[in-house]
Amino acid sequence: MTDAALIWSYLTQGPLLWLTATLIAYWLGDTFFRAMGRQSWANPVLCAVILLACVLGLTGTSYQTYFEGAQFVHFMLGPATVALGMPLYDNLRRVRKAALPLVAALLAGSVTAVVSALAIGKAFGLSEVMLASLAPKSTTAPVAIGIAEGLGGEPTITAVLVLVTGIFGAIIATPLLNALGIRDWRARGFSLGVAAHGIGTARAFQVNETAGAFAGIGMGLNAVLTSIIAPLALRLFG
Amino acid sequence: MIPALAIILVFQLIGEVATRSLGLPLPGPVLGLLLLVLSCTLRPALAEMLRPVVTGILGHLSLFFVPAGVGVVAHLGQFRSDGLAVALALTVSTALAIAAGALVFRAVVRWTGGSEE
Repeated sequence: MTDAALIWSYLTQGPLLWLTATLIAYWLGDTFFRAMGRQSWANPVLCAVILLACVLGLTGTSYQTYFEGAQFVHFMLGPATVALGMPLYDNLRRVRKAALPLVAALLAGSVTAVVSALAIGKAFGLSEVMLASLAPKSTTAPVAIGIAEGLGGEPTITAVLVLVTGIFGAIIATPLLNALGIRDWRARGFSLGVAAHGIGTARAFQVNETAGAFAGIGMGLNAVLTSIIAPLALRLFG
Repeated sequence: MIPALAIILVFQLIGEVATRSLGLPLPGPVLGLLLLVLSCTLRPALAEMLRPVVTGILGHLSLFFVPAGVGVVAHLGQFRSDGLAVALALTVSTALAIAAGALVFRAVVRWTGGSEE
């Protein structure tokens, strides 16, 4: 019989173990999310990240070793960003019909999200790396990670900040928009998609079909705009 | 499935090469996204050909950022010292952005005389 330590050392040399662990952790997270009635706080990614972080800690595995396996999943962020063009294409007619309010709201929401986050971060003396990681936090994760990499931020910090932003936005949107007296489903969905990307979009779809479609448009357009705004805003605060 | 996947990767590839060689501020895949929208507009048949693969990819979108998310274990120390400032920046700016977007949308709809939906 082979020594367990020998099998372990074999497994740690290839990508198989951590690729499998990533898929299983996400599967468990998604199962938990469904069991909790798809509540925003039970986000499957957050669950998977916590689970994997615990496993890495317990087995004394470094992030570099883990990433050798997980990089195959990470690579899919690029094609996924390209694929986000499809919902945008599907809604082009609705975008043209409400073009003026959409462009104005996009500019307002996107600039507010980036500039106010940087202003608060700067006021509290965050480092430049941290500011660069924070700037794209309202953008959908694959794009945010790309932006942070380009700005000299830490993509892994950005990934977590994006997640928390989405969850927070999804939780506060309904009470906040009610308090502001916004009843137009397009305005409600769109602003949530711009500020809280995919997690906000998923939340908008739970509430109303129109809100969901416009949240998706907001997420797609903001992905493009933030990649232009974030470098400019960072230069302003850098 | 393979042709559709190849076309998506080609859009990303063109995006990466173009942004790098032209020094554009956009990430390559975002340019790829714009190319996809443009190509589908010019050739609607392309959209139907790509759709099954795109639906598959987008259905598992959140899985793809698990590896980057796990990277936070390498930065726990940083969150311990910056946690409060980051949390404040994140929550306040997200609330402000939602409010700004929605209020401006409503204002412009009223200003242009459009109807609410």
